[in-house]
Amino acid sequence: MENSVGIVETKYYTFAYPPNELVLDSGGKLGPITLAYETYGKLNEDKSNAILILHALSGDAHAAGYHEGEDKPGWWDDAIGPGKAFDTDIYYVICSNIIGGCKGSTGPSSINPKTGKPYGIDFPIITIKDMVNAQRHLIDYLGIEKLLCVAGGSMGGMQVLQWLVTYPNRIKSAIPIATATKHSPQQIALNEVGRQAIMADPNWNNGNYYDSEIPAKGLALARMVGHITYMSDKSMEEKFGRQRKNGNGSPKFSADFEVEGYLHYRGNNFVKRFDANSYLYITKAMDYFDIAQGRPLYEVFKGIDAKVLVIAFKSDWLYPTYQSLEIVKACKFAGVDATYCEIDSTYGHDAFLLELESETHLIKHFLRKVYHGYEVLDEYEI
Amino acid sequence: MNMKSDIRLDHKAIADMIPVGASVLDLGCGEGELMYMLVKEKKAKAQGIDIDEQAIYKCVAKGLSVYHGDLDSGLSDYADKSFDFVILNQSLQQVRHLESVLYDSLRVGKKVIVGFPNFAYYKARIQMFFVGKAPITPALPYQWYDSPNLHFLSISDFQEYCQKRGIKIENTKFISKSKIIKAFPNLRANIGIFLISI
Repeated sequence: MENSVGIVETKYYTFAYPPNELVLDSGGKLGPITLAYETYGKLNEDKSNAILILHALSGDAHAAGYHEGEDKPGWWDDAIGPGKAFDTDIYYVICSNIIGGCKGSTGPSSINPKTGKPYGIDFPIITIKDMVNAQRHLIDYLGIEKLLCVAGGSMGGMQVLQWLVTYPNRIKSAIPIATATKHSPQQIALNEVGRQAIMADPNWNNGNYYDSEIPAKGLALARMVGHITYMSDKSMEEKFGRQRKNGNGSPKFSADFEVEGYLHYRGNNFVKRFDANSYLYITKAMDYFDIAQGRPLYEVFKGIDAKVLVIAFKSDWLYPTYQSLEIVKACKFAGVDATYCEIDSTYGHDAFLLELESETHLIKHFLRKVYHGYEVLDEYEI
Repeated sequence: MNMKSDIRLDHKAIADMIPVGASVLDLGCGEGELMYMLVKEKKAKAQGIDIDEQAIYKCVAKGLSVYHGDLDSGLSDYADKSFDFVILNQSLQQVRHLESVLYDSLRVGKKVIVGFPNFAYYKARIQMFFVGKAPITPALPYQWYDSPNLHFLSISDFQEYCQKRGIKIENTKFISKSKIIKAFPNLRANIGIFLISI
């Protein structure tokens, strides 16, 4: 429990009650909407120390600390807490879940007030912008006029970019990590394999499975594909090699290579905590995301006076560094104050959860500068 | 190695060429000492680029804004005349495509400051002539087998180059040990600093 924010609870905020539903990117309406969120640390008097953390595809509001009775901490506990990158002794850290999800926020598994049954695929198509618009309601509700920072990796990074472009005056800084301004055909293709795995499972039943067997096989398979893309060739080699569990005595086509066992374990575990329809909606939102909407990115970035810290990882082949460099390029051209670091990591896309030492150094100093508003430190240690 | 005092002096010489409040792009900024000094003493709006990851961490710790990347490809993203000054201090001799980096710098900056080790410094000449070995001097401290330098030039070489290319030399500073050299710089200075423009 050392350096931990301790025991925490997920909170819920409900808004957009009819007739004031949230108008979605698609033109449709959604309401009421519940957002799950957690907070750590204390909001200061002038409300200038609030940081919004945004999570990746399968994340949730529980980013740090422990839920009562559980021994596993939140998903970014290594980065959020006293003395950590997002130092809760100094900052007030909020982690918001997303609409479309299944972790306490309104999504396809929520009850549709019009029918009294889960939405299923009657749930409207949502976008990253819709997620961010909903989060803005939460930030309004928390009484925060200007966030010190928005930060997140992967799909969290897409939300960061969306905040930067849609609400530039509501943030002082942004940290997009291992992310992209839009998905490449390769990224869309990988997501589509996952979606097809779910939809090919007979239990999926056109999204109608909440009273029956869930499409566990399909969802597990989607997650297996995902986990392959989160690691690098090298990190797989280091973690599994060609180790086999039972030597040569395995039954035909059983998962005897350790890497197979790992993927099965990850897939089966995921099914217990994630909704297949949410997986479809969220991956589609990522695929539709295009922050520049066909315009040159530097034009979209023009006039932004938030400071930006872009972080990418050398071995990340799911979100290759060239995608982060596109953000950097646009910042250069638009005159946005930015810093870029490509961390030499072998962990692949997972690096954003694992390369804590380097990330902590970058984030800590970056936040300190933004918070105190200095140009350079008065003195530095050599 | 008494390089430190020379480097300090070359930073000071560069700072003297830059007016208060200027915008500056430092190419090959290393750990950011020069940028730090320019921000503190000249209220410069500074941005740096360096290829070395550890150097980036040091810059960020000072509060500086830096891009991690190589100079050979990092410059094309800037609009024309985005900066008052582009600085290539001790880095131009290390880039692969020297001319394209230099011309891109002249495009991106209204003015460019170039600082490089003088290959014709008299101590280098002595080592070449009498000992017959690749020179090692305070400004060229590397062995032939681990030098990051790809181009070896003298103060006279650079002057001639600028003349041929029609690049205007607006100001110069020549440094040896901890002194400014006025007479016979190509022989007596181990570092040459040029303020140029087109």
